[in-house]
Amino acid sequence: MTSSLTHPQVSGGPTGSALLEVDDLHVEFRTDYGVVNAVNGISYTLSAGETLAILGESGCGKSVSAQTIMGILDSPPGFVTGGEIRYQGRDLLQMSAKEQRDIRGEEISIVFQDALSSLNPVFTVGMQIGEMFRRHRGYSRGDAKKAAVELMDRVRIPSAKERVGDYPHQFSGGMRQRVMIAMAIALDPAILIADEPTTALDVTVQAQIMDLLGELQRDTGMGLILITHDLAVVGEIADRIAVMYAGRIVETGATDAVFGAPAMPYTQGLMASIARVDQKGQRLNPIVGAPPNLAALPTGCPFHPRCPRATPRCPTELPLLREVVPGRRAACHYAEEVLGV
Amino acid sequence: MARYIARRLLLAIPVLFGASFLIFAMVFALPGDPIRALAGERALPAAVQAQLNEEYNLNDPLLVQYGKYVAGLAQGDLGEDFRGRPVSDILEQTVPVTVKLSLVALAFEAVFGLIAGVLAGIRQKSFFDSLVLVTTTLVVSIPVFVLGFVAQYVLGLKLGIFPIAGVASGFSGYLLPGFVLAALSLAYVARLTRTALVENLRNDYVRTAKAKGLSPMSVVGKHTLRNSLIPVVTFLGADLGALLSGAVVTEGIFNIPGLGRAVFQAIQNQEGTVVVGIVTLFVFVYILFNLLVDVLYAALDPRIRYE
Ligand SMILES: Nc1ncnc2c1ncn2[C@@H]1O[C@H](COP(=O)(O)OP(=O)(O)O)[C@@H](O)[C@H]1O
Ligand SMILES: [Mg+2]
Repeated sequence: MTSSLTHPQVSGGPTGSALLEVDDLHVEFRTDYGVVNAVNGISYTLSAGETLAILGESGCGKSVSAQTIMGILDSPPGFVTGGEIRYQGRDLLQMSAKEQRDIRGEEISIVFQDALSSLNPVFTVGMQIGEMFRRHRGYSRGDAKKAAVELMDRVRIPSAKERVGDYPHQFSGGMRQRVMIAMAIALDPAILIADEPTTALDVTVQAQIMDLLGELQRDTGMGLILITHDLAVVGEIADRIAVMYAGRIVETGATDAVFGAPAMPYTQGLMASIARVDQKGQRLNPIVGAPPNLAALPTGCPFHPRCPRATPRCPTELPLLREVVPGRRAACHYAEEVLGV
Repeated sequence: MARYIARRLLLAIPVLFGASFLIFAMVFALPGDPIRALAGERALPAAVQAQLNEEYNLNDPLLVQYGKYVAGLAQGDLGEDFRGRPVSDILEQTVPVTVKLSLVALAFEAVFGLIAGVLAGIRQKSFFDSLVLVTTTLVVSIPVFVLGFVAQYVLGLKLGIFPIAGVASGFSGYLLPGFVLAALSLAYVARLTRTALVENLRNDYVRTAKAKGLSPMSVVGKHTLRNSLIPVVTFLGADLGALLSGAVVTEGIFNIPGLGRAVFQAIQNQEGTVVVGIVTLFVFVYILFNLLVDVLYAALDPRIRYE
C-alpha cells in the first residue's frame, strides 16, 4: 500500500482541473455577543501532489476554513453563508450529509494541532486507527487491527505490534501525532489538511513530524494544505503560500516568490515577526497592534490600523485580491509599490 | 486489580463491625420495653417477662449484648426475632423481593434516565430538552411518598393499569413501585447525562470522530457517551443508599413484603437483632456497590488504574 501513486497528477490552475477549489467561502459564528465574521470570502485551489501553506496570525480564520472544508464546523454557532467548496468539480456544500461523510476521511483528511485532546482517551490507538477501515471499508475487527499495525509501522511508531493496544495517554506527544497522521492517511486520501501539526510539540520532534508528512506526501501524491507558523518548514516543502488576515486571503503566490519579495505590508510584517530556524538570534519585529475583532471589522482594508503604509484611501476602500504580477495575487492598493515593480 | 479488590473487601470487615455496633447501640438506646410492647395491652406475668428478657439478653449491658450477637454471627447465627423466627429466614423471604424491586428501579433509572439525558443533550435548547428540564425539576422537588400515593391513586386505583399493592400478581406488581422508587434518581441521571454529554461533545476528539466520516450515531453513541457515563456511574453507585432507604417508604406505600418494610416493622417493634441484621446487610451491599463502581470506572476510563 505504501508509495503507490493512487491519485493522478492534475495540473492546478483556475480552469477547474484542480482537485480542490475553494470559491468565495464565507463563514460566520452567531454568538451571544454578535456575529463573528471568521471567514470572509476566501478562494484558493489545490492540485494533487501540491503543498499549499496557509499563514497568518492566530484567530484569522485558518482553522475555521479548514474545518469548513472537512465539513466539521461546529454548527451552531458556525454557519457557511456563501461560496463553494468543489472537490473534483462537485460542491461539497451541496452534497447530502451521507455523501459528505463518505468523503470525510476517505478522500479528505485532517490532522489537528493537539493530538492528545484530538484522540479519544478511552479507546486504544489501534481501535482509533482501525476505525477508518471499519467505517469506510467494512473491515472486520481483526483485519482493521492488522491494518492499524501496518500504518503505525509506516509512520514509524516503534514496536507497533506491541503498542497497537495502548491508549493515547501512554504515548509521547510526537508518537501521538504520528497516530493522528496514521489515522489521517489510512485510506490514502487525495487531500490532507494539517492544521498546525507541530505547534504542540518539542522543537526536536517538530522536524521529525514535518519530515514524515513531507515523505508521505511524496509517496502518495496527495495534495497537502499545511497551516503553520514555521516559515522554515514552509520554505522547504510548500509550493505555494496563502497569507490570511481577518478571514481573508491577502496574498498568494509561489513560495519562493512571496518569500523573496512580499507584495503586501502584512506579509512583510509576518515574515519579520516569525522566527526562522535558519535565522536564529535575529531580532524579531512583531507587527504593532492586534488583529481586528472579527465581530466588528474596520472599514476598508482590515489591516489599515496596523499598516505602516496606510493612506486615506485605505480606511475607505477594501482592496480586493488581484493579480499583481503573473502568478502573484495580493489585496493591497499599493501592492506594486510594495513589491517594487 | 485483583489485589485491589481483595484489599477493599478486607477493609469492609472493620466497617461492617463498626456499622453493626452503631446500629446495635441505637436500638439499645431506644426508649421503652420491647417485650412489654409485644404483649400489647395485657401485662405479661412477671416470670414470663423475666424469662424473655433473659432469652434475648435484654438485661445485659450493651457491650455484652453486642458480644453475644457477634459470637452468634461467627457461627452463622443471625439471631431471631421475639416470635422466635430466625433473622436468616426473614432475610431469605424479603431479600429477593427487594432485590427485584431495586433492579426494576435501577433499570428504570439507567434506561429512561440515559435516554432522556442523551436526547436532551444532543438537541440542546429543543422542546424535548426543555421538557426534560421541567419534568426533572418537578420530580426532584416532590417528596417520594407524595409521588407514591399519587401514582398509586391515579395509575392503580382510577385507571387500574397497575396493581395497587403487593406483589402477589407477580412481576407487574413491581412496575409501579419500581418506577416510584426510581423517579428521583431517574431525574438526576437524566440531568447528569445531559450535562456530561453536552460538555463532552465540545471535546476535540468528537471533532476527530466527525472528521473520520462517522455517522452522528457513532459520534455520540461511541465516542461521546462512554466518557459521559463516568459521572453517571458514580452517581448510580453512590445513589444505592438512597434506593435502599427509598425502599423503606416505597415498600410501605405499596405494601411490598421486602427488606424495607421488614426493617420498618422491626424498628417499630424494637427488634434489635432484626434491625441490625438488615441494616448491616444494607451497609454490606453499599460497600460492594461502591467497589463495583470503582471497577467500572477503570473499565470505562483506561487512564484509571488501581494497583
Ligand atoms: N466555535 C466557535 N464559536 C465562536 N467563534 C469561533 C468558534 N471557532 C472559532 N471562532 C472564531 O473564529 C475566528 C477564527 O478562528 P480560527 O480559525 O480558529 O483561527 P486560527 O487562524 O488561529 O486557526 C476566531 O476569532 C475565533 O474566535
Ligand atoms: Mg487554528
